[in-house]
Amino acid sequence: MGLITTGERTIVRAPEPTGSTQDSWVTSRLDFLVNWARSSSMWPMPFGTACCAIEFMATAASRYDLARFGMERLSFSPRQADVLICAGRVPYKLAPVLRRIYQQMPQPKWVISMGACASSGGMFDNYAVVQGIDTIIPVDVYVPGCPPRPEALMYAILMLHKKVQTERLRDGARHTEIEPDPQSHLYIPPSRIDELSEPFGNSVHQTRSAP
Amino acid sequence: MTRPLPSYPSTRPGSAREAAGEPAPITPHHVAHRGGAENPSVAALRERFGAAIVRAHVMWGETTVIVAADAIHDVIAFLRDEPAHAYNYLVDVTAVEYRDAEQPMELVWHLRSLPWQRFLRLKVEIPKGEPLVAPSITDLYASADWLERECFDMFGVTFTGHPDLRRILMWDTYREGHPLRKDFPLRGRFSRSEQLTQALSIDTVGRYSMTELTIAEAFDDLPADMRERLAERRAAELARSMRTLDAGDDA
Repeated sequence: MGLITTGERTIVRAPEPTGSTQDSWVTSRLDFLVNWARSSSMWPMPFGTACCAIEFMATAASRYDLARFGMERLSFSPRQADVLICAGRVPYKLAPVLRRIYQQMPQPKWVISMGACASSGGMFDNYAVVQGIDTIIPVDVYVPGCPPRPEALMYAILMLHKKVQTERLRDGARHTEIEPDPQSHLYIPPSRIDELSEPFGNSVHQTRSAP
Repeated sequence: MTRPLPSYPSTRPGSAREAAGEPAPITPHHVAHRGGAENPSVAALRERFGAAIVRAHVMWGETTVIVAADAIHDVIAFLRDEPAHAYNYLVDVTAVEYRDAEQPMELVWHLRSLPWQRFLRLKVEIPKGEPLVAPSITDLYASADWLERECFDMFGVTFTGHPDLRRILMWDTYREGHPLRKDFPLRGRFSRSEQLTQALSIDTVGRYSMTELTIAEAFDDLPADMRERLAERRAAELARSMRTLDAGDDA
């Protein structure tokens, strides 16, 4: 196989082809092999709601070519997806849909929050838009930008690869399903959500409506 | 149920204008802010409805007519049904609220006449504090259905006679009010966690089901030729599936 054969970090070694069946074996860490397989073919579930989805399409197209990362097979069914890429703003009306799609994805699963709106609500600090999808579902990588360029999304994908490659099979806490509170339907405390959704930047000084 | 459009001589864009010998509209240059040629339909409205036509003005070349609230349905029906006006396209139904306390709230109807190539804006003024009620025009234009639902959702205007007046943009159980009203705070009335709790409590399967997209319920209302086409296609599908079944039996 000869995956990495530099210096002392020889992890997978192909045996010399001597013809003897005794020699046909390789050694590796199971973690490495599993993580290598997972990170090399992450099927994305595109959840495109706005202009970020256009950039996502550009990333998937021939010039930037997501196929290099084994991601050209967009999984439009959450049942076969590994990574949810939320590209665009999510209104409150769409929040239960996004959570349901996330819950329908099988473990292990990861989430990329693409763009300012998905990550924080962006410029839409109003009654209709969720202030960051991390208030609905756990997020692994945030991509800044409005919208982010394809390079930024690819950088996020490579960051996610790094994250996947450091995972250990024995670490069972990594991939536990979120269990929202049955009363409030939230998976993190309400005070934390209010803190996450605080206005920032210029919107602190926005004009309040007249009484 | 929506009344069908009357039979105009022709609904081809510009046909009535050509028959009357009026010149084709050109892209205007240097349009005055106020003043200019009034839409010819306004004179007819004044003649027909008298005092119910409160006033009319032209701004940026577009005519706006302010109509008394109780006459608006008759005015729109007149404009739609008379071949001399033939406003056969309802562009928009919306409302405007101004920040000033003395400015009344305005309900707005945008009408376009394709045969005459004319545009007319109708307004009804409702003073602040009075109930926001207007007659529905879903009996004249089927497209008014969703437009009036949106106006109800965003402004809280009740359209009497609407067959199914409920929210359209916000969800059915939205409890914070009508977002485009001036007394509505931009970020909503509830805290973010409370807003999220209410949004996430919606039953997605019940709300977003494929049955909403089916045309089976609307089958009887479809035009005859479309019904025939659908019936033919269904018969062909049935025949094909029967053949497949037969082939399976033979095997």
